[in-house]
Amino acid sequence: MIVDTNVYLSRWPFRRLAGDETPDLVARLRSRNVAQAWAGSFDGILHKDIGGVNGRLAADCRTYGRDFLVPFGSINPKLPGWREDVRRCAEEYGMPGIRVHPNYHGYDLKDPAFAELLHAAAERRLLVQLVVSMEDERTQHPLLRVAHVDVSGLPALVANTLSARLVLLNWARALRGKSLQSLADAGAIYFEISMVEGIEGIARLSERLPPERILFGSNFPMFYFESALLKIEESGLPEERKKLIFEGNAKRILSPTGRP
Amino acid sequence: MFHRRKLLTSFCAGGAWEILRGQPQPPGAPAAARRFRIWDAHCHLHAVPGNTPEERMEVLIRCADRLGIERLIVSQGYSANLHPKPDQFREENDRVMRAVRRFPDRAFGSVYLSPSFPEFSLREFDRCVRDGPMAGIGELEMDKRCNAPEMDAIVERAISMMAPILQHTWLKLDGNEPGESTPQDLAELARRHPEASFICAHTGGDWERGIRAIRDVPNILAEIAGFDPTAGVVEMAVRELGPERVVYGSDVGGRSFASPLAKVMGADIPDSAKELVLGGNLRRLFAPILRAKGYRA
Repeated sequence: MIVDTNVYLSRWPFRRLAGDETPDLVARLRSRNVAQAWAGSFDGILHKDIGGVNGRLAADCRTYGRDFLVPFGSINPKLPGWREDVRRCAEEYGMPGIRVHPNYHGYDLKDPAFAELLHAAAERRLLVQLVVSMEDERTQHPLLRVAHVDVSGLPALVANTLSARLVLLNWARALRGKSLQSLADAGAIYFEISMVEGIEGIARLSERLPPERILFGSNFPMFYFESALLKIEESGLPEERKKLIFEGNAKRILSPTGRP
Repeated sequence: MFHRRKLLTSFCAGGAWEILRGQPQPPGAPAAARRFRIWDAHCHLHAVPGNTPEERMEVLIRCADRLGIERLIVSQGYSANLHPKPDQFREENDRVMRAVRRFPDRAFGSVYLSPSFPEFSLREFDRCVRDGPMAGIGELEMDKRCNAPEMDAIVERAISMMAPILQHTWLKLDGNEPGESTPQDLAELARRHPEASFICAHTGGDWERGIRAIRDVPNILAEIAGFDPTAGVVEMAVRELGPERVVYGSDVGGRSFASPLAKVMGADIPDSAKELVLGGNLRRLFAPILRAKGYRA
């Protein structure tokens, strides 16, 4: 059984994808033994009507994936009234977390707005999924060049927001070596695997990070779902560690206490 | 050795193939693994753990076994140097030959050359391919663009032995490195040598442009290593080029075996096309030189 912590609904602006219709996405994930998928919305990256984006996300998850799709609403803290979007995600839609794209929304993590967002999420015990990149910077559309999020300031921010819980998505192109270590040491930061590469890449990652911090994420439908799955197979992990990555860690941080 | 029985037992015990089938320990799982013979066009010893070429090759084979990959085509040794000198080319080719010798029924070597050193490259081809155990050329890197006239003599040598050529290509948004080839450069070279067989490594990375750049040049095959497992690449390549012009390659150890393999396994294409992309095309391409050298494939 798999909990996939990184899927997107709706349309990627630059390419049609197999699975970009929600019923099809659900069918494809179910056929691959996924029991639960944490879903954000591609619309949340570029749309300014974030309230509409999150309303559609919640409705799609309810209509096509009740007890299967778990919505993570988009929040853009540079938009006026963003706190109302957080409130709706938590209170109206019962979302367990939010997903942020700082590089597409034009702020860096040193911006006070991000610290405010972390506090607002922590107050409501919302998980924050921070998407570090969407695409290889070398192959982006020439009219939409977006750098990776610079996460160097994140350890200090998390240290100042003790109850913050973050999941980094699509981070592996931007984060290596010591910076990965310092992030893991800083607090409750979790790492999904969709962009981890290299021979036995997941095994190597699990030597550098506490095993309870690693989450299965496919980045489907942007990526082929099979990539994350086969990387785990290639890594030859013990069954207990595989189970943690496939489902155990995700279930734990989504539980009411959210603590190990 | 490639232990098919051991591999199938591992699949039966539960693994990715089982999950892909969506049911616990299905009786069909071994068949799912067995139905494709997978050859990898693009492997390096770079970024692989191990103190010797043999140790690094053991790691590659261990991982290949977990995914059911039968054969590896290995080149470039340990090198991350984009502008090696002749003695460094020779050293890297020696490392590859040592690695492959450790697993002669699982891997072939492919010789590392450069049009920056044309005379040396011809001698090195003769040492490693004509008179040695290697079966291909490349991955040729970014020392000099492949449409340079100095490539012609190298390609003629390849034609004489029917050795396929794996050529690095990229199409970077901010411009390629000096000496780094594009798929368009490769198309230009391939048009000059219609008898030669070329594999377009990475298909330019920006594959939606790269596939189009090589579409009208039938002696180029698209290879899918070295960029993210972005959904749709294999479907587009098969649609635009035909399944007989697309090959699986991983670019290990900088990349995994897994994510490029997923591009094929996850593609919405018929199994008959997957069979070609995963290995059938490479076996057809390498058959003449392997036969001439007396290798079993």
